[in-house]
Amino acid sequence: MDPKKEVPPILMAEDDADDRLITRKALEQNRVANPLITVGDGEELLDYLHRRGKYAPPAPAPTPCIILLDLNMPKMDGREALKLIKLDPELRKIPVVILTTSKAEEDILRTYNTGANSYITKPVTFPGLLDVIRSLKSYWLEIVDLPGKKD
Amino acid sequence: MIKALETAPILMADDDDGDRLLTYRALEKNQVPNLLVTVMNGEELLDYLRRTGKFAGLPAPKPCMVLLDLNMPRMDGREALRVIKADPGLRNIPVVVLSTSRAPEDVEGSYDAGANSYIIKPATFDGLVQMIGSLKEYWLEMVELPPNNGTSLRA
Repeated sequence: MDPKKEVPPILMAEDDADDRLITRKALEQNRVANPLITVGDGEELLDYLHRRGKYAPPAPAPTPCIILLDLNMPKMDGREALKLIKLDPELRKIPVVILTTSKAEEDILRTYNTGANSYITKPVTFPGLLDVIRSLKSYWLEIVDLPGKKD
Repeated sequence: MIKALETAPILMADDDDGDRLLTYRALEKNQVPNLLVTVMNGEELLDYLRRTGKFAGLPAPKPCMVLLDLNMPRMDGREALRVIKADPGLRNIPVVVLSTSRAPEDVEGSYDAGANSYIIKPATFDGLVQMIGSLKEYWLEMVELPPNNGTSLRA
């Protein structure tokens, strides 16, 4: 059996290639076992979750244990993608953590109102990002019970 | 904003005296600065949040988060969660379900109803202290909580 299949992926929607790369490094440094899958905008995120376009079967698109969602992205932004995910009875169970540079109160309040599971502002330094990923790991992957776990 | 949030209470709905006391102690051990306010069931929880019933005319500051047990008399946590997450004035408050139930329908059902996360109550005090430590580090130190619109200091 493919060992990757036992660990659900973390799905990250982020248009900035550098942010995707340093998040991958921060996950590695924190020894997070879950693979990271990245998409570049909200449209691609929804394609992945609905298995459409380039993610249509037989392409593999395992259900993520958690979604890390940037807000400002081209095509479809994170606000719109969040709304669509949380309105969808099949997708709304998946925890969505907003990870953005925006500290605007309006973004914080609105995304909680739309059903975001939590909201984190992106740290500007790599050590800061390591801290965020460590805390995300210890909370979501070690303390919390996630949906879809078979135990 | 952070300072105001520190003073916003954590609101816990749990009908078990022992669990409330242990949670209080675990918060103390983790030096959580936020006050713990406890209610006994879903009805009281909604009365607190809406300042109705026995909380009418009382300060009842808006909590920074709600810790919600599922199995409680009168109105259980499942129903209270649905009501909170359907209320435009309350739905932005993070609700963490804290239950002994491992039943998939409770876990999935809670996320489906809009729970911000679901945690199985640790069976030991050490486990509880560790869990509260992680909860503190995540929700009170890492996450941006919804702005309180000045209601947190109302007394």
